[in-house]
Amino acid sequence: MLEIGVILLLAVATYATRIGGYRLAQRLQPSPFVEAFMTAMPGTIFAALVAPMVLAAGPAGWVSAGVGFVAMRRLGNFFLALALAMAAYLTLVLTMGA
Amino acid sequence: MISPAAPSVFCAWPGVVVVSDGPIVFTRDGARRGAVAMLPLLPGVVAFGLLYGFLAIQAGLSVLQVGLFSAFVFAGASQFLALELWQEPLPVITLLVGVVVLNLRHVLMGAAIMPWLRPLGGWRAHASLYFMTDESWGMAMAEQQRGGRDAAFMAGAGVTLWVFWVTSSLAGTMAGDVRAVVERFGLAFLTTAFFVVLLAGFWRGRADLLPWGVSAGIAVLAKALLPGTWYIVLGAMAGSLVAALLKRGIHA
Repeated sequence: MLEIGVILLLAVATYATRIGGYRLAQRLQPSPFVEAFMTAMPGTIFAALVAPMVLAAGPAGWVSAGVGFVAMRRLGNFFLALALAMAAYLTLVLTMGA
Repeated sequence: MISPAAPSVFCAWPGVVVVSDGPIVFTRDGARRGAVAMLPLLPGVVAFGLLYGFLAIQAGLSVLQVGLFSAFVFAGASQFLALELWQEPLPVITLLVGVVVLNLRHVLMGAAIMPWLRPLGGWRAHASLYFMTDESWGMAMAEQQRGGRDAAFMAGAGVTLWVFWVTSSLAGTMAGDVRAVVERFGLAFLTTAFFVVLLAGFWRGRADLLPWGVSAGIAVLAKALLPGTWYIVLGAMAGSLVAALLKRGIHA
């Protein structure tokens, strides 16, 4: 019983982080500076999320991430870029064992 | 699985932010497109769900507890962390702090998607946020930046992930060790590749280089030094600060 209570407590905590930023931002009356800050955020959140992930993925991951990034920029097709990145990764891992 | 009529998601990404007008809507079609956008991720989600269920049973959780965790906490990294800490007596405070620190990134993500969800108001926004994960948020932000006006997109994406996460983690309680499969098919890299490609879609030109570089650099540094997802919070704030300062410099 205690365990289930703890799980539900953790659920409340996770949900609080999910709505917390939304509720806070909703109350803010952003100045132009804050607005520029917020506008940049999706990209910078992604960069912060991705950089350590890629770094940890090893040489095969570095090359494949580059393939995915360039493919997305050049071809503009999400699905195709993802497929190319995965193909590159699997090929590299299978051939080099990296 | 991919219907040809479906989503604008797989078409070209514009090189600039599309400024579209018209009201934000919340339709079944938007939810469906969100769901379709998650399809390429599902092999990874299912593999990690199976792995989670398997490891949870090893850690002494019951099937019911696994179901409750996946359905109500619904946060992969937090759930794996909780397994590490699951022992008698339960370290409640440690668990709570760990889960919050690990989910701090969602505070920023919720703030970033606020303009999209706000017009929906009340329960739709709050229900959508329940299903906000890194993946559903990421795809929804991309959709929004392309000028998408259907905010049901994130809920559709999130509910899809939720269904597959809950069922696969329950299935995992009865399954064997899937780590070999994850390894064999590079499924751990699938998530990384997903975010790299999404990131590429957000590139708006050279002005992004410095903010992104600062964000990435701080994140890598902070990850080595700090627990949880402080690294994402600090990296993103530093990068956004640089972007805002640059913009003010231009207009000053």
